[in-house]
Amino acid sequence: MELSDLYLALFISFFKIGLFGFGGGYAMLPLIQREVVDLHGWISVSDFTDIVAISQTTPGPIAFNSATYIGYTAVTEMGFAQGYGVLGSAVCTFAVSIPSLVIMTIVCAFFFRLKSNPWMQASLSVLKPAIIGLIASAALLLMNGYNFVDYKSWIIFVAVLVASLKKADPILLIVLSGVAGLLLYPA
Amino acid sequence: MFFKIGAFTFGGGYAMIPLIRNEVVKKKLWLDDDEFMDMLAIAQSMPGPISLNTALFVGNKRLGFKGSLFSGAGIILPSFIVILLIAVVFTRFKENPVIERIFKGIRPAVVALIAAPLLGLGKSAGVNLKNIWIPLVVALSVWLLNISPVYVILAAILLGTSHYLFVKQKTKK
Repeated sequence: MELSDLYLALFISFFKIGLFGFGGGYAMLPLIQREVVDLHGWISVSDFTDIVAISQTTPGPIAFNSATYIGYTAVTEMGFAQGYGVLGSAVCTFAVSIPSLVIMTIVCAFFFRLKSNPWMQASLSVLKPAIIGLIASAALLLMNGYNFVDYKSWIIFVAVLVASLKKADPILLIVLSGVAGLLLYPA
Repeated sequence: MFFKIGAFTFGGGYAMIPLIRNEVVKKKLWLDDDEFMDMLAIAQSMPGPISLNTALFVGNKRLGFKGSLFSGAGIILPSFIVILLIAVVFTRFKENPVIERIFKGIRPAVVALIAAPLLGLGKSAGVNLKNIWIPLVVALSVWLLNISPVYVILAAILLGTSHYLFVKQKTKK
């Protein structure tokens, strides 16, 4: 694949993610996963899960984090030099931001009319519950044989789920489950 | 200013909101509380990351289009730099068996962290017995039927607006 074709494909994918990524964060995951794992195969589903883990423990929105990470990885995995990978990161991050920039500029011009617009309210009455469904599917899509290798995985899953419902700090939980991985899976 | 918010908000979107509010409303007095809440509602109902939308909105209100370019760049750059460094390092150490063992433990935790807030989020999104079929249908169609979230979003908008149109027609008669 030509480098320019790859940049174009990355741009289109992340533009789409920015444009249809309603609900922010986790609600965008199924869309990102579909584009970068299923359609283009730029990264594996385990790598994708690792990116989500990195996003949960580093600053910044998941959409940017995955754009930056995947832009670099997709280009370097194809055998191109690191400098081109950095450019790939920039392309993806730029692409995922453009829809927001355009839409928010328009919104700012019409702000006070849009707020009480009945069409807007009507769309949101279905979009909001739909976004909850998207987040649920994000979890379900990642509940696969690559991420859940044996019963120990399920023990970690249940433990973290319970701790998280009890408002434990997510970063601490990730660190602890990393330690658990080291202990539970001997070399 | 948004560089600071971008650099210190771990865990994405919702974690950023109190920080942004503190800076924009309390320290800089760029917006009052009501404006901030309205703005948040808009940022959440538009596509794209919520923090970026918020930053763009505040930037635009202050300095117009140019302002939104600056605030947008401010919120993007910190995570861009951090993740780029991680990507460079991580692609080299991925095959390392110790790293692989650590991530074997982390992966199920990631899924749990996505699933845990669902109940609370569902409540605040106004999910009740009457409309619980919407998230259920969405989750199943994306998960099992492999339907693109793009179509799901479009269908949701179409359904919401056509329902509104239908109700409006009925009340006219």
